[in-house]
Amino acid sequence: MSTPVLQIAGLRVEFPGLLRTVKAVRGINLTVTGGTVMGLVGESGSGKSMTAMAALGLIPKPGVVHGSVKVDGFEVVGRRDAELAPLRGGEAAMIFQNPMKALNPFFTVGEQMTDAIRCHLPFDKKAAIKAAIAALESVHLPDPTFTLDKYPHQMSGGQIQRVMIAMALACQPKVLIADEPTTALDVTVQAQIISLLRELVATQDRTILFITHDLGVVASLCDNVAVMYAGEIVETGSVVDVFADPKHPYTQKLMNTVPRLGAGDQNLNFIPGQVPDMGFPPKGCAFHPRCDQADDKCAASAPDYMIFNNDHKAACHRLDEAP
Amino acid sequence: MTSAAPLMSVEGLSKVFHTRHGDVNAVDGVSFDVGSGETVALVGESGCGKSTVAMTLLGLEDRSDGIVRINGVEDGADEKSRQKHLGTNLSIVFQNPYASLNPKMKIRDVIAEPLTTAFGLRGKALNERIIKLLADVGLGPEHLKRYPHEFSGGQRQRIAIARALALEPKLLILDEPTAALDVSVQAQVLKLLRDLQDELGLSYLFISHDLATVEYLSRRVMVMYLGRIVETGLVGDVFANPAHPYTRALLDSVPSIDPALRDNLKTLAGEIPSPLNRPKGCAFAPRCYFAEDKCSQSSPNLEPAGQDRDVACFYPIKSTETER
Repeated sequence: MSTPVLQIAGLRVEFPGLLRTVKAVRGINLTVTGGTVMGLVGESGSGKSMTAMAALGLIPKPGVVHGSVKVDGFEVVGRRDAELAPLRGGEAAMIFQNPMKALNPFFTVGEQMTDAIRCHLPFDKKAAIKAAIAALESVHLPDPTFTLDKYPHQMSGGQIQRVMIAMALACQPKVLIADEPTTALDVTVQAQIISLLRELVATQDRTILFITHDLGVVASLCDNVAVMYAGEIVETGSVVDVFADPKHPYTQKLMNTVPRLGAGDQNLNFIPGQVPDMGFPPKGCAFHPRCDQADDKCAASAPDYMIFNNDHKAACHRLDEAP
Repeated sequence: MTSAAPLMSVEGLSKVFHTRHGDVNAVDGVSFDVGSGETVALVGESGCGKSTVAMTLLGLEDRSDGIVRINGVEDGADEKSRQKHLGTNLSIVFQNPYASLNPKMKIRDVIAEPLTTAFGLRGKALNERIIKLLADVGLGPEHLKRYPHEFSGGQRQRIAIARALALEPKLLILDEPTAALDVSVQAQVLKLLRDLQDELGLSYLFISHDLATVEYLSRRVMVMYLGRIVETGLVGDVFANPAHPYTRALLDSVPSIDPALRDNLKTLAGEIPSPLNRPKGCAFAPRCYFAEDKCSQSSPNLEPAGQDRDVACFYPIKSTETER
């Protein structure tokens, strides 16, 4: 249960350019233990998708990756594509944001699923079809045999996302990386996918790294959460701890900007300014230009993590001073 | 509804698309009023026809049937007079600010275009008006000479709002204006929209699938399912005590930000049916927990159910029933 399945240590992702080097991920540490769901939250440009891509060795050129990413003990950083082939879709599978673009429109669901399965498992065609049907059953798609003969355009977004989940899980991956899998879907379908993922974790002991910008989705699905800002993790801990008592000003503000249902006529807070340009990240604490509690110290040096109970950590200078 | 004559009143709006697979009733007899200075929200899943309502109101799609009155004046029968009538009163902010601004036009030209075309503004008067419009949405004169790609999503949406306000519309249609934005920026834009409404007395038709932002911005809400309105009422009442099972299901699908409430998330079986083969009777009956024989035979009409509330359901949920 408690073995680390995905270990990220000191991960940095940089894109060198003529005028500047864009530092998309700036030294993050993250451990996802088996059978749990880790939520990675952040705004666009915070580096959360780049973290996911790095976990599968998918950072496009000329991106440079430093640090270490271990999937079930297998070091990903620095490997060649051929070495990574068994990992991608085998040990670690990924689900993308837009299900409509993730399948090839020219092939049936069945062809694409059996291709993926036979890539990783020593199955013949018949066995692969059997495995595909079993996988489709586990994501509650009605009439799996019929679904195999369908083309992607004959299905709805929610159905395709179920196919993607089935395809990802068919090869029994150690970890499933889901990059905003519900963002393109309606709320009712999103609720279906969330409860499906919850069920898969509970019954099949799956491990998921779930990337999203929706705090509500994190609260309803994840066990642990890591909040990213400007390529760094500013706060991490169990969902219960972080949501009940957010320590970092960014986490606090982020939670206050979300309009809540049933709150009536509320006064909505917002965070002034923009996410920084990662070509020129701010010195010191990356959040200080937008933080109303920032002082000279915040602009001068980057804060260290303060540890609270149960591995709840946050990086902010203000926390040192609090009694 | 509102006591005074409504700013815009829509009666029996319908849009039929003729496709080679058959006729699609995308919007099917939708009637509603928007009062002056009021925000009315239109919510529903994708494919329910909420954007088609916006398109037909603006004249971007021809409507198949229905009457639109603005300040009591009915719009013309032919397309030309209709467009002129609507064009000066209505304006729209689209969902994706990355697609709705011409990448080859400087911000000044984006906003100047409607002003010169409609009002014939030139020179100094034009410049002053542009700067005033940009200031209204929180941008400065230094932004005039820039191109859209130099702006972030939130800023682009502000530019789109400034452009929509250029023609001094009485009613602004907001088609999911924050769906493409980050949460921290979404809050900024929502706040701006509220401030503009207070300042200029605008009316909004707010199209969204995000119920929490609807609650923040709107006074009344209309819930749409497969081309028809199934429930309308004041936002607070409808969200606190939904009467239509579909409204209830939508509200239950929204994940709460409190991890302790995660078990309250309930899922609705199935998906929105294709409008090509609309289910017989109540279109929601196949997915409804409360459906009975009657529901699949005849279709309920939108009828008053209590104060400021209309519901299209044979067995509406009573406000005392909190658990299904």
